[in-house]
Amino acid sequence: MSGAGGRARTSRLWLAFLLAPGLVVMTMFVVWPLLSAFRYAFYGFHGLVPAGFVGLANFRDVLFAAPFSAMTLRAFEHNLIVFAALMAGQNGLAYLIAFALLKTLPGHRLHQVIIFLPVVLSAVIVGFLWQLFLNPLFGLVNQALLLAGIQGPPWLGDSTTALGSLIFTNAWHWIGFPALIFLAGMQRISRETLEAARLDGANDRALLRRIIWPLVAPSTTIVVVLTFIGSFNWFELPYIMTGLNGDPGGATDVLGLYFYRTAFGGVSSGLQDFGHGSALAVLMFLFIASVSAIVLRVLRRREIEA
Amino acid sequence: MRSSRIGGMMLAAASLWGMASASARAGDITFWTWRQEDRAAFAELFADFTKANPDIHVKFEAFAPANYNTIVSAALAAGHGGDVLGVRAYGGLEQLATAGYLKPLDAKTVPELANLPAEALAAESVRADHRVYAVAFASQTLGLLINKDIFAKAGVTPPTDWAGFLAACAKLKAAGVIPIANGTATGWMDEVMAGIFTGPFLGNGFMQDVVAGRATFADPRYVAALGHLLELRPFMPPGYTGIDYPTAQQLFLSGRAAMFAGGSFEIANFRKQNPKLALDFIAPPAPKAGEPQYVSKFFDGGYAVNAKSAHGADALKLVRWMGTTAYADKFSSLLGNISPIKGVTISDPLLAKVAKLNEVSVPYVMAVYFRYETPTGSELLQNGLQRMMAGSETPAQLGAEVTAGIAKYYKPFQKK
Repeated sequence: MSGAGGRARTSRLWLAFLLAPGLVVMTMFVVWPLLSAFRYAFYGFHGLVPAGFVGLANFRDVLFAAPFSAMTLRAFEHNLIVFAALMAGQNGLAYLIAFALLKTLPGHRLHQVIIFLPVVLSAVIVGFLWQLFLNPLFGLVNQALLLAGIQGPPWLGDSTTALGSLIFTNAWHWIGFPALIFLAGMQRISRETLEAARLDGANDRALLRRIIWPLVAPSTTIVVVLTFIGSFNWFELPYIMTGLNGDPGGATDVLGLYFYRTAFGGVSSGLQDFGHGSALAVLMFLFIASVSAIVLRVLRRREIEA
Repeated sequence: MRSSRIGGMMLAAASLWGMASASARAGDITFWTWRQEDRAAFAELFADFTKANPDIHVKFEAFAPANYNTIVSAALAAGHGGDVLGVRAYGGLEQLATAGYLKPLDAKTVPELANLPAEALAAESVRADHRVYAVAFASQTLGLLINKDIFAKAGVTPPTDWAGFLAACAKLKAAGVIPIANGTATGWMDEVMAGIFTGPFLGNGFMQDVVAGRATFADPRYVAALGHLLELRPFMPPGYTGIDYPTAQQLFLSGRAAMFAGGSFEIANFRKQNPKLALDFIAPPAPKAGEPQYVSKFFDGGYAVNAKSAHGADALKLVRWMGTTAYADKFSSLLGNISPIKGVTISDPLLAKVAKLNEVSVPYVMAVYFRYETPTGSELLQNGLQRMMAGSETPAQLGAEVTAGIAKYYKPFQKK
């Protein structure tokens, strides 16, 4: 076997050989589960085996039929709150931190490390750690408050503070990531631009609002989209800190927990219900994918304008 | 030339893949459970079994309890899974059994079923055809675990009626201890606590009415019983809404709390964690002195045979052996659980006391009757209890909410 034809065939074979494992893995673990979830969403279940095609009944149940509809709405609202709070609190602060780091004040390298450090910890460790810190009796937080003469609430057990505590923990864990993205974006702005603005008399505030903010638009796009996807797929932290039921009394229930609980059942209280679970998963996927696509389009246009 | 080299590499990869799947000896069967802590005891139990059946070796494999159901159903759906499986009771069993994953057991294949009381058989049967799918391994009793030393030091005798109970709590609190260790942050513990304290107020009359469809959970009797739980709040730990299961256990084990409302399944664990603890198990208080102090009771799970097991006959032998008094005696003494097998000898005095308490019991209602369809009674109750104990919902609202949720699939509740 020789000549150009043979060589081309060999290289095609090589290509196929190298692509095949990845393709097989993708199909088995991404495409196939997605398609089967989509299919299961249209089936009723008798125990654990599909019992028959039920059309859109599962979707109708989770969206409109009591008591599922109330749970779906409650979880969705919590996801929205999480997204809004993380955008304003976590990412807003990250933006300011990035600016502070950009100014290369003394000790900025150390601060950069400190701020990014929690990001490398796993969500399990962070969740467990903060669960201990927030324990009403033994926890670090309430012990510290007690020294100041304040009796702290049972942070994770009070329906008014539980979700906020989770959001705070999430921000503590992740703030280094948007800060790093913003910092990278800011460092890409040419020094001349910033110095010109300074010479024109811009203070920090004006610099942040008028010059840097439009110029870090690509970073903002990434941060917004990732925060959106992260907020609506939120699972690990609430699962570890407040459990599969979104304790207390559903105050921290989010779509991720609700889906898992519905599809796979609680520890001792729930049953596996693949039909409704799959319907939820499909709805979540469609919502996240479509909103992400729209957000991406809008923000990309903003980047170009800038 | 090149293509043959590619072919060779593919062949090598394929053969490596093949070698990765371990080959098992004939006569080796696997036993799956969610109880990792039982490993040592089962090594001993299975050694006994192998002594009687020299050609069968049993391998113990445990999985995390939180994911056990998911792991088992996924494995069974793919035609794998242990040969003998630890399965849950009631609704959890029914899901696996109706899917055809478990081998039905009867008097012919497992004559030892005759050793089990009717309620234990019912716990491991499918409601539609009453076929049994597993040999129940333990009954669990819900009541009060108390620290005798703390009671003695505070000069309090274990109370038997509700008024006496509240007085005892007040006295314990005055003595500087937390009367009840339980918090409400862990959902399933709330259901346990509610089961314990409402049981004596409800009695078997209410349970029969609910099962027969004559009463719902909006019934004044149930609402009133829930209302009594609110009276316990001053005697729970400060910040009890944030106290989760492990924290409550530690409060009790460290002697900071006098009582722990929980199950007989805690006994073995508590003793292991604090061998010096002067532990006792008592029934919850009756509404009035002299009335029955019902404990709540349910069955934990059972041993089933995987319908697709390649070693079906050997697996069946193991399950049959697990239905004998010889197994039950050793199981109870090694694991500190109460085997439901008739004629079991329970050597431990505290466990024997619990077994005696079982004679005056009500079913742990949601687990026994309302964990078959979604939303389960347990899910509804657990979430609502947290709100009720936090004060954002009344007992009447909770009762109505649970009834409305169950009514989705339970016909008798739909009319009411």
